[in-house]
Amino acid sequence: MVAEAQNLKVSVWRGTGETGEFETFDVPSRESQTVLDVVSWIQQQADPTLTYRFACRVGMCGSCAMMVNGIPRWTCRTHVKKVSENNTLRIEPLRNMPVIKDLVADMDPFFDKWVSAEALHHPTSTRNDAITPVDATTPERQAADAGIECINCGICYAACDTVAGNPDYLGPAALQRAWTLLNDAKDGGRIAILDAVSGSGGCHNCHSMGSCTRYCPNELDPMSAIAGLKRETFRHALRRKRDA
Amino acid sequence: MLDLKLYMAQRLTALIMAPLVIGHIAVMIYAIQGGLSAAEILGRTQGSVFWFAFYGLFVLAVSVHAAIGLRVIAHEWGGLKGPALSALTWAVGLGLLIMGARAVWAVTWA
Ligand code: FES
Repeated sequence: MVAEAQNLKVSVWRGTGETGEFETFDVPSRESQTVLDVVSWIQQQADPTLTYRFACRVGMCGSCAMMVNGIPRWTCRTHVKKVSENNTLRIEPLRNMPVIKDLVADMDPFFDKWVSAEALHHPTSTRNDAITPVDATTPERQAADAGIECINCGICYAACDTVAGNPDYLGPAALQRAWTLLNDAKDGGRIAILDAVSGSGGCHNCHSMGSCTRYCPNELDPMSAIAGLKRETFRHALRRKRDA
Repeated sequence: MLDLKLYMAQRLTALIMAPLVIGHIAVMIYAIQGGLSAAEILGRTQGSVFWFAFYGLFVLAVSVHAAIGLRVIAHEWGGLKGPALSALTWAVGLGLLIMGARAVWAVTWA
């Protein structure tokens, strides 16, 4: 394939932990080139010490997310020509997370919050019990299905201005998973989930700004899932008062 | 920073405030258009259980609602947290309540 005349000017964040700076590379521009292709070209052709993360390259694993010209994106499915501005790209590690090195963000705090939100399976039966049937037509199941394809890429979390201003906030991904489990006939953690998302970092901190829904690469809608949690916790609290 | 209790308190006070704000604005426009003097206004509010309840409830709701709203802004924009954030929340809430209660008292009962 013939390289197009113009090269891309790519600024890449380099550094360990909190310190670092941008380093600029000239990368040959190609037809159908993804941002991940550009990062890989730099690592293979210009500087083998560049650290970044990817696995599947087809938008399934969620490991390649980075900030591209200030916007969080799954880089393996993001075409350069859709996001470059005057043939330049600025690539940084995901926002709202500590940096390990170069383009690799530390996702531990992100996943710790999934656990804090009780966004994990709460089994209702053992291997000896019959399998709980799942009725795909119930509104609960449909609410669960709407959010179930999350690939844990962290893009919504990086996009969220509430996380940026309020670091204890659990964030859209964890809360959306809590919501899908709350609506899942096979999950038995209803009260645990409602309590977990009602704490000081819980769903009520959300201002419904909607960056999560705007930037989710799988076109999920965490903002509405969080609104569902707000409604459900509110209702549950009123009911609890009445029954007390 | 904003748990379920604070969230509920803010939503419920918003619910209370919505009709009261409309009532308040309507009364202001009416009072100005009709050219009521201060003495005439006081003549209607003094001793009125209705106006005492109307503005008393308004002040109560505003104090709770504003204290929680400012708490969020102070945390997200000002980085305030922990005891300092609680202190600010209470100071705003009680400050508004005292000032508002004095005003209500002055125009309805004093
Ligand atoms: S590399 Fe797997 S989602 Fe991009």
